[in-house]
Amino acid sequence: MSFINWVDERFPATKVWNEHLAEYYAPKNFNFWYFFGSLAMLMLVNQILTGVWLAMSYKPDAGLAFGSVEFIMRDVEWGWLIRYMHSTGASAFFIVVYLHMYRGIMYGSYKGPRELLWIIGMIIYVAMMATAFMGYLLPWGQMSFWGAQVIVNLFSAVPFVGEELGIFIRGDFVISDATLNRFFSLHFLLPFVLAALVFVHIVALHKVGSNNPDGIEIKKNKDENGIPRDGIPFHPYYSVKDIMGVVGFLILFSLVLFFSPEMGGYFIEHPNFVPANPLQTPEHIAPVWYFTPYYAILRAIPSMMGSAFPGVVAMGAAIVMFFLLPWLDKSPVKSMRYKGPIQRVALGIFVVVFVILGVLGTLPSTPALTLLAQVCTFLYFAYFLLMPWYSKIDSTKPVPERLTK
Amino acid sequence: MKKLIIALMLFATPMISMGSSSAHLDSAGVDLGDKESLQRGFKYFVNYCLSCHSAKYQRFERTANDLGLTVEDVKQNLMFTADKIGSTMDIALKPKEATGYFGVTPPDLSVITRARGSDWVYTYLRSFYLDESKSTGVNNVIFPDVGMPHVLWELQGWQEARFKKNEHGQMEFEKFELVKAGSMSTEEFDGAIHDLVNFMTYLGDPSQMERKALGIKVILFLLVLFVLSYLLKKEYWKDIH
Repeated sequence: MSFINWVDERFPATKVWNEHLAEYYAPKNFNFWYFFGSLAMLMLVNQILTGVWLAMSYKPDAGLAFGSVEFIMRDVEWGWLIRYMHSTGASAFFIVVYLHMYRGIMYGSYKGPRELLWIIGMIIYVAMMATAFMGYLLPWGQMSFWGAQVIVNLFSAVPFVGEELGIFIRGDFVISDATLNRFFSLHFLLPFVLAALVFVHIVALHKVGSNNPDGIEIKKNKDENGIPRDGIPFHPYYSVKDIMGVVGFLILFSLVLFFSPEMGGYFIEHPNFVPANPLQTPEHIAPVWYFTPYYAILRAIPSMMGSAFPGVVAMGAAIVMFFLLPWLDKSPVKSMRYKGPIQRVALGIFVVVFVILGVLGTLPSTPALTLLAQVCTFLYFAYFLLMPWYSKIDSTKPVPERLTK
Repeated sequence: MKKLIIALMLFATPMISMGSSSAHLDSAGVDLGDKESLQRGFKYFVNYCLSCHSAKYQRFERTANDLGLTVEDVKQNLMFTADKIGSTMDIALKPKEATGYFGVTPPDLSVITRARGSDWVYTYLRSFYLDESKSTGVNNVIFPDVGMPHVLWELQGWQEARFKKNEHGQMEFEKFELVKAGSMSTEEFDGAIHDLVNFMTYLGDPSQMERKALGIKVILFLLVLFVLSYLLKKEYWKDIH
């Protein structure tokens, strides 16, 4: 013990361990939905580690990039495994983060005093989208190129400064070697920004304490030692539980990784096996699945005066809506368990609409599908913008004093 | 430029037909466990494809090892374009020359089955038909106006395509009729193309056999670990009510 004493006099090792693990009291009724936070961290670590190793063999050069990925897949020892861990990991990261966000919405984890915790989480989500977008350019396939072309052109749709903004982002008039180089640089940098944001997210979490499926503040009911009666130390209880969650998740992750890494063209799109060709537009450009709900919203909004800017605004607003949740929800209770039928139905509709938009974003648009996308876009925004009203008039069930199962 | 891109994005018009067609695709019946089929496919690939098309990301040695062939076998029988067993499957034909011959550069075939799908390649290679209006003398049902000649005519022979009007008044492919037999029967030819596409499917991702074999071991290990981690969790949680 003398060694740890020596360290503790110079660095608060024991203090940090206790505050954040051994004596951090978490509600004892965490369910299935509470696995996804730790799984998101696991995926971030996976992405950083595999990404660093990929960068050892990848060449960010328009003439070499496509071939260097195939070099990694064929000639680098275990390169195929590292590459598929990274490409499958990107999609898995978004899956666990979407489920993590859904958990927060379901149990009202964004409501006071956790508004800032939620906002930091949303900043992480946006940073993740930027990272994923820039990463998708790197294999330099047809979808990499044309997907980036479409997204950068969204910025070009901004009135007055758009054209300049597009050139500023690309570093060129078109997506080119210059774009590939800067995207690689930023794709390498952003994950470390993400890691820092995750640290801030956890600092905020440990300040306000974890929410739980009942949406009850366990800190309001403490015993004589000042320990929440419904709390249990994170370590060892949730550390061993999260290990179980990690192993369960890895089984599903491995099924995709080893047996279907392209996931039928959703995780790695088929046209991306054709090298980028600026002269040949693919028949159908679709972003990777995790962006498709917003892409469907973008396409649902008709352009005005030849400018797609309204669609771009709608797309941005669709993401901003999540940031506003803490102030849109006027319900006196946090958890869906004690909210009334209106909010339950609203959330159900929202989930269905989000999934439909996600599917529509992968399909070529037809008049009928565009109409469906418009209806879904309307419902998407209605879910958020009408929340102050319907969350207030909705009935509630009495919230118990102590946690339930 | 901006409007053009957005218009393309919104309406995704098939401006450049990349050989797309809603035509029915036949199943290639890919079976990567069939080493003999892969070896025959490798032979067809080297003999019929690898003079105009490259597979520049794949090495001969790797292929020999994965397919259970000896280096000597491959060196003596299958290497026409390279002399070192470690070399990649490059070709002598320069892209510029190729464009002169075919109007386009024949694409590299390393990952073609991943871009197109194995069934597409299988159907495509069996869908050439006589068409005098084309400089190659042939056309293709699922890749109309393709620049590629019917390289496998010696094996398949020549076939004509019959079209019929569908209810919308458009011409629709109906069936092929063999007008001049090749050295193979239709069944033999389909078998050869199956072998070839089987090989090209391997070529698209040569680690896939190893990947699937490893995957089973990894998942079995994780299943055992899951049971242990579940028991550990249960042990710790038994005093929490």
